[in-house]
Amino acid sequence: MKLLTELNRGLVGENPVLRLMIGLCPALAVSTSAINAIGMGAATSFVLIFSNLVVAAIRKFVPDQIRIPIFIIIISTFVTIIDYVMQAYTPELHKSLGVFIPLIVVNCIILGRAEAFAYKNPVLNSVFDGIGMSLGFTMALLSIGSVREILGAGSLFGYPLFNQLAAATVMILPPGAFITIGFLMALLNKVENRVQ
Amino acid sequence: MSELLGIFFAAFLINNILLIRFIALCSFFGVSTKLDTSIGMSSAVIFVMTVSSAISWIAYNTVLAPLHLEFLRTAVFILTIASLVQLEELYLKKAIPALYRAMGIYLPLITTNCAILAVAFLAIDYKYNFIQSMVYSLGVSGGYSLAIILFAYVRERTALAPIPKWFQGYPIAFITAALMSLAFLGFTRMFGL
Repeated sequence: MKLLTELNRGLVGENPVLRLMIGLCPALAVSTSAINAIGMGAATSFVLIFSNLVVAAIRKFVPDQIRIPIFIIIISTFVTIIDYVMQAYTPELHKSLGVFIPLIVVNCIILGRAEAFAYKNPVLNSVFDGIGMSLGFTMALLSIGSVREILGAGSLFGYPLFNQLAAATVMILPPGAFITIGFLMALLNKVENRVQ
Repeated sequence: MSELLGIFFAAFLINNILLIRFIALCSFFGVSTKLDTSIGMSSAVIFVMTVSSAISWIAYNTVLAPLHLEFLRTAVFILTIASLVQLEELYLKKAIPALYRAMGIYLPLITTNCAILAVAFLAIDYKYNFIQSMVYSLGVSGGYSLAIILFAYVRERTALAPIPKWFQGYPIAFITAALMSLAFLGFTRMFGL
């Protein structure tokens, strides 16, 4: 039961992007299409889950003063792995995500969870926390990406939905990302207010 | 010379790091509620970015590339930046304590300010030489400062404006940023770039 709470926290209550406002850069930059959003979500999830696992496993041997450099080394190891794996197996996706793959290393979600959760909790809980946070991140990315792709390119996952000429190109340009996330947050505020 | 000017303005306005490239947004929304904190953050970014991109350029081109250790660049760059930030923190604490207090948590967070790391990576991806990468990092950090200071001016006004309840706080900040980003799109193709 406890594990389910760990899972749930990342999805709704402490959703990293829409609630805590961290991990914003990749969320806005690569969410031009649903496919990119899922690719970025998967890469970040891999790093987050494994860094949580390793940090929780070694937490008893890590001296307090130098924990941050140690976390960063662990995270950058996994980022380098996923960077090269994606370059080898999904070169096109790797190209469209560009500099944002190596930048996963400074995604505040990952260092934040290592410091706030994995460093203080057992391995299994930390892995579940990582899965929950990853799902929350991927869902936020997917919802922004889908809205932008539908409105901006008239398609979803690359399948055309309506006449492309009717699409508002500004939605896949940078301003579209800011507008979409602004309205999503306002919507979340409104829904939550009604629930209470 | 004109090539260097081109690099500078492309980084400063056309590919503005915050509003067009979407890098370093956490600090963009985090410190921009007040004008003085955003000025403090900008000066920290200009300083750290210029020094760290110089050091990481040297590290990459004199050590990592000749030894074929390119895969270590992520780890090497982030460690360089983290130690530089520590240095700056010590200096500010001693020399300008008021600024140090004003920046609070955001100074250590500059380690995870993706702009610093992104510039180190991008200068290598674009195959810039040393002078070009210095000009590039000045352009990027100048563009960062321009965007965050303008944004702080607007946010100080929207804080007092009558805004629908659901949009107060972050949602209206994002919509403001959208309008600013739209304005910066107007620089595309300027100077024939």
